[in-house]
Amino acid sequence: MDFALSEEQQLLAESLRRFIEEEMPISSIRDRVEKEHGHDGGHWKALAEFGVAGLMVPEEHGGSGLGLLDAMVAAEALGWGVVPSPFLSTAVLLPVALASAGSDEQRASWLPRVATGDLRIGAAITELVTQREGAGLETRNGKLHGRALMVLDAVEADCFLVAADAGTSLALVDANADGLSVTALRTIDRTRGFAALDFAGVAVAEWIGEPGKGAATCRRLLDAGRTMLAADILGASERALAKAVEYSLERKQFDRVIGSFQAVKHLCAEMVAELEPARSLVWFAAHAFDAVPEEASLMAAHAKAHLSEIGPFIVRTATEVHGGIGFTDEQNLHYWFKRVGVDRQLLGSPEATREDSAELQGWISNAN
Amino acid sequence: MKLSFGPEYEAFRGEVQRFIEKNRALSPKAGAGVAAGPASEKLRDWQRLLIENGYAARTIPKEYGGFGAEPDILKAVIIDEEFNAGGVSRGIGGQGPQMLVPTLLEAGSEEQKRRWIPPTLDGEIVWCQGYSEPGSGSDLASVTTRGVEDGNDFLISGQKIWTTTAAESHMMFGLIRTEPEASKHAGLSYILIPMDTPGIDVRPLGTMTGDAEFNEVFFDNARVPQANVVGDRGAGWKIANTTLLHERNMLASSAVLGGAFLAVTQVLERETVCGERLMDCGVMRDRLGKLQSRTLAMKFHSMRMLTARLKGESPGVAGLVTKLAGCELSHQLTGLAIDALGELGVLYEGSEFERNRGRWQHQHMFTLGLIIGGGTAQIQKNIISERGLGMPREPKPAAS
Repeated sequence: MDFALSEEQQLLAESLRRFIEEEMPISSIRDRVEKEHGHDGGHWKALAEFGVAGLMVPEEHGGSGLGLLDAMVAAEALGWGVVPSPFLSTAVLLPVALASAGSDEQRASWLPRVATGDLRIGAAITELVTQREGAGLETRNGKLHGRALMVLDAVEADCFLVAADAGTSLALVDANADGLSVTALRTIDRTRGFAALDFAGVAVAEWIGEPGKGAATCRRLLDAGRTMLAADILGASERALAKAVEYSLERKQFDRVIGSFQAVKHLCAEMVAELEPARSLVWFAAHAFDAVPEEASLMAAHAKAHLSEIGPFIVRTATEVHGGIGFTDEQNLHYWFKRVGVDRQLLGSPEATREDSAELQGWISNAN
Repeated sequence: MKLSFGPEYEAFRGEVQRFIEKNRALSPKAGAGVAAGPASEKLRDWQRLLIENGYAARTIPKEYGGFGAEPDILKAVIIDEEFNAGGVSRGIGGQGPQMLVPTLLEAGSEEQKRRWIPPTLDGEIVWCQGYSEPGSGSDLASVTTRGVEDGNDFLISGQKIWTTTAAESHMMFGLIRTEPEASKHAGLSYILIPMDTPGIDVRPLGTMTGDAEFNEVFFDNARVPQANVVGDRGAGWKIANTTLLHERNMLASSAVLGGAFLAVTQVLERETVCGERLMDCGVMRDRLGKLQSRTLAMKFHSMRMLTARLKGESPGVAGLVTKLAGCELSHQLTGLAIDALGELGVLYEGSEFERNRGRWQHQHMFTLGLIIGGGTAQIQKNIISERGLGMPREPKPAAS
């Protein structure tokens, strides 16, 4: 029995946080993303050199050949630092898709460029979970038609990983392909660059697996994506809590640091009491993805749904502990608040995700 | 991350399973004995069999009536899991074996260990805990029940409250103020008190559940030998605190939470309203899903805490939240079952149409008691923020 992160994973967590703190503090992130949402300004290349991009890339293709639990450690650190990066789509979703359904040739051609940070992927997979505004892609005569909303990591993407045909086909599409129009979307969270994609008969660069037979691979993408978003919330919440405690030990009112008032201490204790058990849940979800396949989908759904509940509680409470200063633009705390607010809605709101978990467990009658 | 226990331990698990299958018929009803009270002959026989095989009093030295094994947390966990799964009795439980015995092993004299531990393990002596007082709840160190020196004895006067099984107990381990001149924390002694001492009066304390799970104990010049002090006079606060740690870990078990979650799930699957299963009602299903997330989080949290104990590492602030989070979740689980039953969820006292013998309401109220008992939720939050996050104590009010 060893329900813990390995020494290597702990080392990765610590060194990556140090790296982020030194190389990409919030002041420098802010300068870049205020101009263009989600723009990482070269950070991705630096993170790739650190090894973050190649964590899940097999060693023969220039990566570390690690699993989702290791990627979770990185995702948590990126959330901790509200770092803009195409990590989720590039370093997790594409390697997962190619491991699940790609050919040897595809892995050899795509993954080395992932590991070096020279390739950036965006992911059009929101429609696996929900379709709004008539969104959804279908294949007709081998070409893609339709619309994809809330495409992840779309800013500066070279290629898009695209789910189509009601979650049964998976393709890579060149960002400059004929018939593809990209509309940047602005959200509350400037650290991420979303887009809407309109496909008017777009040729596929490569199919991943056989079109129409990719449901299992799409499920893997959803599970991995949800677990990574949960880890992002975990890291962001942890940082917001730490900032609240730190501030409460500096700020004085009524001749005392506010952290000596039980009203404030209890808010902080409540944040910890939510955060720490949730951390254990995220660990297990990532571990299940790697090693307990029969539980992976359920645990990913629970990790995503639960962190989407407690994360917003923590970032708002941390803001309250800061008082008025927490509400100002200048203090930057809102970057964490907004990051978590966006994570919560992606790849299924908490309610939608729990409904998915109910179906996975056969809770719902088949009457209708 | 490695979640199997490994071949050596799986072999041990097999031994435990075979023991349970072979001896199942000898077991009293599971759960009997955990709430203590006087042990039946059947329970005492079962307890002896468990000790002989190392399934009870496992790490207590042989000379004090235990099995004498080296501590091994994983084996303890396996025994717990298999006995729970097998539905057989864990043997004699309650505050004697679970709280007093570890305390005596740590702080008792050789004579006290030999005299008290064997009959406690054997079920011959049942114990109750005398800590809380009407005026000393969260501020436990302020207890005022006093022991006045009289020759080789103390004459004890005062009142204890929230005393589980006081009426059935032969002995109490209590916190008594014996050094009135010393400071608040240094004035207490940890004393073993025979409950049949003249001057002791036990009165049952009814609670909101309708049961009397607790008692009040009144002392009027009850004469107890000074030799019954455990450790040094005035060292009672420190000694009691080691025991409280054992208690808090007892109060919020993830296995119990998992069992409660399954039971609530069954309520939603079986109960129907207007012919529709409650599980087919999206609102109720969503509430269940939320609590499932929390139940799973507590399960993995306990595995993480167990791992830290195995490695001899401090779990840090994460180790301080179990009681707060676990007791709250228990209360919410029972609350969902009641809501699922709707109007019928309020039936009680054996009423017609009552479900589960009224246990959902009973447990809903009882878990509120657990949120308060063993250190209130608010005291837990003080502990988490002060010890876990390094936030300062509330300053004492200026003397007026």
